Amino acid sequence: MLKIEDLHVKIGDKEVLKGINLEIQEGETFILFGPNGSGKTSLLMTLMGFAGYDVTQGKITFKGVDITYAPTYERARLGVGMSFQRPPTIHGLRTGQLVQLCARGQGLDLPELAERVNFTDFLDRDINDGFSGGEIKRSELLQLMAQRPSLVLFDEPESGVDLENMQLIGKVCRQLLDGRIDAKPDQSLKEIREQASTSGLIITHTGYILDYVNADRGQVLYNGHLCCEARPRDILEHIRTNGYQECVRCLN
Amino acid sequence: MSTVDLSQFKFSGLSRERIDDLSTMDETDKETLIMSGVDVENANRSGSFLQMDHSNVHCESNDPGVEIMDIKDAIAKYDGLSEYRWQLIDKDKDEFTRNTYENTHGGYFIRTKPGAKIEKPVQSCLFLKADQVGQNVHNIVVVEEGSELNILTGCSVAHGKTTGAHFGISEFYVKKGGKLTFTMVHNWGSNVSVRPRSAGVVEEGGVLLNNYILMKPVKDLQMYPTITLKGRGARARFNSVVVAPEGSHLDMGNRVIMDAPDTRCEIIARTISTGGTIINRGHIGARHVPSRGHLECQGLILGEGRIWAIPELDGSLEGVELSHEASVGKIAQEEIEYLMARGLDEDEATSTIVRGFLNTDIMGLPAKLQREVDKQIEELNASGAM
Repeated sequence: MLKIEDLHVKIGDKEVLKGINLEIQEGETFILFGPNGSGKTSLLMTLMGFAGYDVTQGKITFKGVDITYAPTYERARLGVGMSFQRPPTIHGLRTGQLVQLCARGQGLDLPELAERVNFTDFLDRDINDGFSGGEIKRSELLQLMAQRPSLVLFDEPESGVDLENMQLIGKVCRQLLDGRIDAKPDQSLKEIREQASTSGLIITHTGYILDYVNADRGQVLYNGHLCCEARPRDILEHIRTNGYQECVRCLN
Repeated sequence: MSTVDLSQFKFSGLSRERIDDLSTMDETDKETLIMSGVDVENANRSGSFLQMDHSNVHCESNDPGVEIMDIKDAIAKYDGLSEYRWQLIDKDKDEFTRNTYENTHGGYFIRTKPGAKIEKPVQSCLFLKADQVGQNVHNIVVVEEGSELNILTGCSVAHGKTTGAHFGISEFYVKKGGKLTFTMVHNWGSNVSVRPRSAGVVEEGGVLLNNYILMKPVKDLQMYPTITLKGRGARARFNSVVVAPEGSHLDMGNRVIMDAPDTRCEIIARTISTGGTIINRGHIGARHVPSRGHLECQGLILGEGRIWAIPELDGSLEGVELSHEASVGKIAQEEIEYLMARGLDEDEATSTIVRGFLNTDIMGLPAKLQREVDKQIEELNASGAM
């Protein structure tokens, strides 16, 4: 699904990613750990193709297409979807309108989707205007449900979210990754699993999201390098006990 | 601001025949009226007023709660209207007020009955049809105690190329507990000079909601209506949506004087320059407490152009709460990228953001007018000006 080879990225003069290699298979969920400033968000922004993240070396391939220098909207149309941590407010653009735009003409049951993330009352509000942490997450998930990406990039699903919302967000995240957003009631679990082809790349600090999603693999990003590949729960346990300093040793 | 040479315009001799039924007007004129919010079928309207060049050609009320008259008839009927006429605006303020004082071609006098809640809007249009016409109008609106009124007024020219000048004196009186919603749509042309001179007072518990839309070119326009909140609990809200293409010169804004306790006001102007000049003024003065006022001048320059925001707050007592937000810039890259991450290309993203910026939902426009406004925004987007 996604293949990153020897990726080097600069912001201005500063190199923030220093030779990243990563492959995520169809249907696989990958967890990215790392301390603040290690380059996690930069990796997501680079995968989405935002201005200011200059790829100086390496290659990003998605579904067999070289997207290293593709414009953001082409990546989105190919199936890369991102949940923003701090999305901008856009005056006069109603949340419901944006969700419709995300669907790009595909059929969409807006009321039903909104109901799932408990967001019905927000559809007439300007997008992100005065939204709380949990509201931003629900709004982002709603947009992604309409967009139906085959790779979900999720930057800290738990940040700024209270426990009650965490449950809801975790559950919808899981549905999104399991391909169950489109599941019909008469489908068996087996059938649903078989149609699941959504991959995930999730950044987490706290690991709360691991209680909800079925994460296959994880790695730590430290100072622009990927290291310590292991099962996400083991990495989390390791970081909790020893801190990120261990990773430096591992690198050396 | 360039000056207007009055000798360039015809201030006499352009009288027009009465039009009993607006739907009988020729198609181009009708089209022009519709773009200003005038429903020629007169459906869902409490009354209509049409001033064409130097004549009031149509004037009718369908609601016994509201009186609509040509200003000249009102002056004759009500002893010179001395209670209202030239009470808020000094006739010697400038050459345009003097010119209008000396030679008033018409304008409307609209007055509700006390307590009357006029459900459907009253529509009016001040229309420049002849080339080189100079139009002097004087409008007076009186919302009597406890009554409610909604006025939609459009100003138009027959063709985008028509040369003309419009001078409009408007005086608004919102009495105790009254509510006036006043929506003005300007559709001038690139050869028209416009000098409205407006003022109003809102008494105790009264409300004035003012909406203004300008999306077409105009040669130069200067206006700075002043509203005084004179009674306890009076409120005013101004919402403006303005686009200045190349060649347009706009000097505009709103001034609110909060001259009583418990008053509130909000002035929000969203302006876009695609090559024109916009001087976006705003002034809130507060002399009593509690009082709260908020001013927003938001400007986007798309391509070329100039936007000069001048927000002013003048508090003269401890405890007044006045604030403002002003910005002049371009569309934030962050917003474009957000939408691009949802699959919109750069043009789609830009026009979606512009559409949002110019959003007029808060104005509660009638469906037909809203469609016209939407259409104008789409045309702006399609023309590549954005």
